[in-house]
Amino acid sequence: MLNFAYHRPDSLSAAIDAARVEGADILAGGTTMIDLMKIGVREPSALVDITGLAALEGLEVGADRIRFGALARMADVADDAELKAAAPVLTESLWKAASPQLRHAARLGGNILQRTRCPYFRDTAFAQCNKREPGSGCAALDGGETNLHAILGGSDACVAMYPGDWAQALIAFDAEVTTQGTGGTRTIPFADLHVLPGDMPEVETILEPGEIVTEITVPVVPALKASHYLKARDRESYAFASASAAVGVEIEGDVVGDVRIALGGVAAVPWRAREAEESLKGGPLTEETAREAGRIAFAEARPLEGSAYKIRLGADVVAGALMTAKSRANGGE
Amino acid sequence: MTHDRSRPRAGISRRSFLSTSGAVGAALGVGAGDAAAQQAGPDVAAGDQPTITLTVNGQRRTLNVEPRTTLVEALRDNLGLTGTKIGCNQGQCGACTVLLNGRRMNSCLILALVADGTDIVTVEGLADPDGALHPMQQAFAENDAFQCGYCTPGQILSAIACIDEGHATDAAEIREYMSGNLCRCGAYPNIVAAVESVRDSQEG
Repeated sequence: MLNFAYHRPDSLSAAIDAARVEGADILAGGTTMIDLMKIGVREPSALVDITGLAALEGLEVGADRIRFGALARMADVADDAELKAAAPVLTESLWKAASPQLRHAARLGGNILQRTRCPYFRDTAFAQCNKREPGSGCAALDGGETNLHAILGGSDACVAMYPGDWAQALIAFDAEVTTQGTGGTRTIPFADLHVLPGDMPEVETILEPGEIVTEITVPVVPALKASHYLKARDRESYAFASASAAVGVEIEGDVVGDVRIALGGVAAVPWRAREAEESLKGGPLTEETAREAGRIAFAEARPLEGSAYKIRLGADVVAGALMTAKSRANGGE
Repeated sequence: MTHDRSRPRAGISRRSFLSTSGAVGAALGVGAGDAAAQQAGPDVAAGDQPTITLTVNGQRRTLNVEPRTTLVEALRDNLGLTGTKIGCNQGQCGACTVLLNGRRMNSCLILALVADGTDIVTVEGLADPDGALHPMQQAFAENDAFQCGYCTPGQILSAIACIDEGHATDAAEIREYMSGNLCRCGAYPNIVAAVESVRDSQEG
């Protein structure tokens, strides 16, 4: 690891001033940042450690909104009994991610900004990576292994997959992100935070230099209570998703009122499957309609040779997650 | 933490005391006020090696580290506490697991500067001063929960935390909440048995 300057500001404004400097990166839990620095993917000239800003910690499960401080730890939030009862998808998508050790260190703000696991992005021995080195090409599309790559939202420049789990629960339930930067405070719909790779895959979010995520909020709706995160992966624990689904339903009589579906492990950015949701609204939720929703969720998929398996797996995961959510809507586990 | 309540954390094993007594002596020469004055400030330049203070296994230690020094490097290289292992060195194997302010974490992914002022427990801090093993160490021995032993210090600290966190209800939950510690020898069934036996003895 190359050396770097280290700053531990005691105020948000000092952190913003230090982080806006070219070459500076923000450090919170460090589970992505230190890893990327060790393998030479990130070489910041300075790290701005924001973990001293205690005001950014905390979790508040309110009647109308759930509020997560950006520095709340994954492990603490995953174990919160009140949150688990109110919104199981928001705890399941955390404890099914990473390992206990990583969840104790990692903070929510960093979690939603975690970087892709594309092996060509992570291995600097490969010269081709448009995300790491703009204009250099894409080793995955140029004959590489593509089993870990996006089948939704990719471009001719980049098919790197967004690897996160919690983000799928956030996008499914219309979360908002509050930030503070040189231009003051702003609130961003979570769905607008990440940007598609297009021809500039090096740009992953709309955040400006020095802009710091301070809070994430989720509006409380009935479908949150009957929600579920189903994650399929190569091993039973401690692995990134091969395909996952964050879902929730509100059922009135036998008819679907509200339904939320988001897809993990398959797309370039956090991915809401709105057309699949629409296919279910106003009708019954059965195994058959759940399977159809799964099929619709992947109708626009553009698989590569190694990632074609994600279409059927992903559709099955959506259907399975919906049936668990339905069971919860009916008072089951 | 349960192990803290049941036995004094200050208990550092004879072996680690002998191997680090020189460093301890040096640290004791620094008064509390002096140490506070030498704490790493809010801004550290790339070439600097500021002084940090860690409470390791109940003993206050001061050391000088670069910004890029990780906690596991500080423990092993600066303090001579080589019980904490470096496996993958990128947060995937869990061999470097320590307790930081009571939480299990991968010490390879934490900068020593970030850990300044924290309380660290390593495997050297588990046994009693008279050499009596911590119940989890004893359970690993009795259940044959290792072969080569390289992952074992991390496994033991993770296992202690697994029970303290309340995530050892049954074998399936133990497997889930021990998944951050890899064992290339494949001693997993015996590791689960060791955790279950300590859980049961604490409940009884």
